[in-house]
Amino acid sequence: MATSLDADDLQAVAGGGLLHRRLLLKSGLALATAMAAPAIAQSAEPDAPPAAPGSLSSPSWLHRPGKPFSSYGAPSQFENRVIRSIGANRDLPGNGVSWTPLESLEGIITPSSLHFERHHNGVPDIDPAQHRLAIHGDVSAPQIFTIDNLLRYPMRTQTLVIECGGNSNAGWHEEPIQRSVGAFHGLVSCSEWTGVPLAILLDQVGIDPKASWVIAEGGDAAIMNVSIPLAKLIDDAIVALYQNGERIRPENGYPLRLIVPGWEGVVNVKWLRRLHITTEPAMARNETSKYTELLPSGKARMFTFVMDAKSLITSPSPGQKMHGANVYEIKGLAWSGRGRVAKVEVSADGGTSWAEALLQDPVLPRCFTRFRAAWNWDGKPAILKSRATDETGYVQPERDVLVAERGRNGYFHYNAIVAWGIDEDGAIRHVYA
Amino acid sequence: MSMRDTPMRSGPLAGLALAVFATSLSAAEPLPGIQPGSQAPTLGTPMSADDITSWNLTIFPDGRGLPPGQGTPEQGRSLFVTYCERCHGVDGRGATADELVGPPTPPTDADPNKSIGSYWPYATTIFDFIRRNKPPENSGSLSNDEIYSLTAYLLVANQIIGEQDVMNAKTLAQVKMPNRDGFIRIDAP
Repeated sequence: MATSLDADDLQAVAGGGLLHRRLLLKSGLALATAMAAPAIAQSAEPDAPPAAPGSLSSPSWLHRPGKPFSSYGAPSQFENRVIRSIGANRDLPGNGVSWTPLESLEGIITPSSLHFERHHNGVPDIDPAQHRLAIHGDVSAPQIFTIDNLLRYPMRTQTLVIECGGNSNAGWHEEPIQRSVGAFHGLVSCSEWTGVPLAILLDQVGIDPKASWVIAEGGDAAIMNVSIPLAKLIDDAIVALYQNGERIRPENGYPLRLIVPGWEGVVNVKWLRRLHITTEPAMARNETSKYTELLPSGKARMFTFVMDAKSLITSPSPGQKMHGANVYEIKGLAWSGRGRVAKVEVSADGGTSWAEALLQDPVLPRCFTRFRAAWNWDGKPAILKSRATDETGYVQPERDVLVAERGRNGYFHYNAIVAWGIDEDGAIRHVYA
Repeated sequence: MSMRDTPMRSGPLAGLALAVFATSLSAAEPLPGIQPGSQAPTLGTPMSADDITSWNLTIFPDGRGLPPGQGTPEQGRSLFVTYCERCHGVDGRGATADELVGPPTPPTDADPNKSIGSYWPYATTIFDFIRRNKPPENSGSLSNDEIYSLTAYLLVANQIIGEQDVMNAKTLAQVKMPNRDGFIRIDAP
């Protein structure tokens, strides 16, 4: 594989064998990729017979008609292990989360079926004909909108990350958790969302100039509510009807979801049914008891809406395996709730030295950005890290810096640099380094 | 309701305005602010005062929105055993669901207690959350008196009010939680 690389190509730009990102633009270049370890996932169906002589050059599907058309497609049966992992309350199965399998996905769009979930009391089966959005409070003309009404408004499309405020919370643990990157950091997903700019509806109900907050409420059996500053909702919120081109999936808020770009998942209220325009927050359970972060001082951060910049290496990552010394492609995801990702750096020596990764187009605000780097692994132990910088200049912190600032009891908003340790056998573990 | 019930703009000029509007928003940039209403149809139906009363579930920390009714800690204790103990544990000490009962002193780094008595800044939140979500297998089934009773029990268990205190819209709003001033607003005024 390395035969297409010349000596200049293999000139490291940082410790541990990281190569210049221009290498990834070289035509015809093929790099090795860490693969899922067989114990974690297999690519072939378990009862597939061994290949007989000639079967690979002339497989059966070259000779028999395939299946007929389908009215709604589904993934290949051979991809049936690419699934969300679920963590739910055993006494209340509708209360819990499911994680996006980030390590199994490429590009920047999360398939709707694999978008992470956080539900408080299950997924409601809402009949859109019976669903309404009420907007009232400090307004001159309180109104109710049907879904059919909203479908006739002008719309806007944005590709956006939604990240749960509690994503990556195992990072606060004393010991590094050993799970796949998705089952550790997968309460984040990226979809194309389309809907009505909320500013249009707010204009039509006539907001009182003294109003400053909006209490948004969902139509599940938790009637989940949360308070959001009005200015943000006027600025860029969407009342979304579509996700990735089709109507929103039930588990992501069908028929209507409030999309608040760059802000923590809980304010992106699913099954949106009511917007109460007010002058103060409701101090609901999910903005007091939860989604607040206790600091070492005993005070707690509250209304921490913005999801700060973060990056993760999705390959190589725990559960995958390196296959000997070679030139590998490191790949991962970066995003920031404050805007575009400006830069991602990668280290192969635990953060002693860094090389800039290639950012794959498109680089959009508050959206996943795919990054790639070339790494000439010599087969010796190494520690991989990635570090995102966003367009505001904010730099993703090292874990010890974040813990020193926030303590270990905050639970929410963990965005520290993530480290993967690679040993001589090619095994990959989560490490604190 | 039918869309025919609601006024809407029609005619060729309306379509033109819509097309211009859509084009101007095609870039993935934040909206500059409220768009002039003349560029979109107006399809909402007015809400009457009765509509608002039936839709509005908001309870504010000063007690606005709390409904009539009342309850005692003693009544709440038996309701807790019936509806809550299975997940929240005996005496609210926690099981598959959160621990609810803790010391009536704010949390510290050494004892990061996030129970109601230690962490929650407002007592109205207890009533609000029970009314929305409890019991989860049949949410909305408790009467206001039952919710006031459960709220009163949880406040007694957390040593915030006395065994004889009755909770209603007035008394609940007057309860001051120990950690009321324990929060720092980060991304909000």
